[in-house]
Amino acid sequence: MSIAEAPPAEPESQARPQSAPPQERMITLKIRRFNPEHDTDPHWESYPVPFDPSDRLLDALNYVKWNLDGSLTFRRSCAHGICGSDAMRINGVNRLACKVLVKGLGDTILIEPIKGLPVEKDLIVNMEPFFEAYRAVQPYLISHGHEPTKERLQSATERARFDDTTKCILCAACTTSCPVFWNDGSYFGPAAIVNAHRFIFDSRDEGAEERMEVLNDREGVWRCRTTFNCTDACPRGIEVTKAIAEVKRALLFRRF
Amino acid sequence: MSTDVENASVMSPHDAGPAEVIEAPRTTRRIGKRSRTNFEMYSWLFMRMSGLLLVILVLGHLLIMNVLDGGVNRLNFGFVAGRWASPFWQIWDLLQLVLAELHGTNGMRTIINDYSKNDVTRFWLKMLLYLSAGIVLGLGTLVIFSFNPNIGD
Repeated sequence: MSIAEAPPAEPESQARPQSAPPQERMITLKIRRFNPEHDTDPHWESYPVPFDPSDRLLDALNYVKWNLDGSLTFRRSCAHGICGSDAMRINGVNRLACKVLVKGLGDTILIEPIKGLPVEKDLIVNMEPFFEAYRAVQPYLISHGHEPTKERLQSATERARFDDTTKCILCAACTTSCPVFWNDGSYFGPAAIVNAHRFIFDSRDEGAEERMEVLNDREGVWRCRTTFNCTDACPRGIEVTKAIAEVKRALLFRRF
Repeated sequence: MSTDVENASVMSPHDAGPAEVIEAPRTTRRIGKRSRTNFEMYSWLFMRMSGLLLVILVLGHLLIMNVLDGGVNRLNFGFVAGRWASPFWQIWDLLQLVLAELHGTNGMRTIINDYSKNDVTRFWLKMLLYLSAGIVLGLGTLVIFSFNPNIGD
């Protein structure tokens, strides 16, 4: 805290001597830890962390790493909910640590790596199976024939058709909240379907047929059990289950 | 732990020496290997359609057997014999049997696909399931069509 900000804090603490200043409130982070060099199985470790009402969970994790235990390992990059690095299982649900506030999570917060992908260390998982499924739906513009000499134009309505699924940041929160993916990692998973949806319903794209063929298979959209875990987990608010249903409908009526 | 920093990343948990490079436990091995059939789509569609039909068939069945016209108290051999004398009720019951059994079997098939982790377990569980479905369908159909109302004579 800077010196300039310090004096105004005094009168408030005098006015309410009963309540502790905000920065002294404590919370316990219970983190599922695993070090492949020492541990055979993951185990829980608890850390007392002081917090401010404006703190996000990522701030609390940084506090642990910087002040209590430097060996704690987790991914984070932008810390503003855009890069999609710090998806984790917080109190049993998948969230981005940088978007969820510490207050309101209870006195003890359970933090685990996202489920269904191999844990490499602490909160870091191997994302390769996730990206393999992502690559399999060919998430890039496919067009045949000559390249146009100007931009590929489309109307506002055509753009709006797939607007929701353009928001995906590939954090894997949806795929690793899916019970079908937990039990059988060969299911493509919600994120891959969302990114297929983004191109299937793009008027400029011509690869829908190939993507639909991939998603029509055994491990494709028909394995979705409509549990809505993915929609609930998405930090970008994408209606994932709806997108999957739209792909199902397009497959049924061959309209895409 | 070994002081050999270069090898640290490939040491096994018990320092038994460098671990072998093992395949990730959840490799998505089926990706790229496609069946190119619409089976899963039709199976999904069948669940919705048979479900809708079963609502009508089963609710109708329950209403006739348990509620209407004296309800369950009037049920006896003669009542069943009387109903199965009509092809309409034979077809109704056959549809009920086939749709319910296939709906249930398909549901179990997806559960087995979702939950069994071992290919061999998955195969044998499904074989057991199909066998049981075959027996129920066969026996049920046999009873509906070979029912003899004069069996007591």
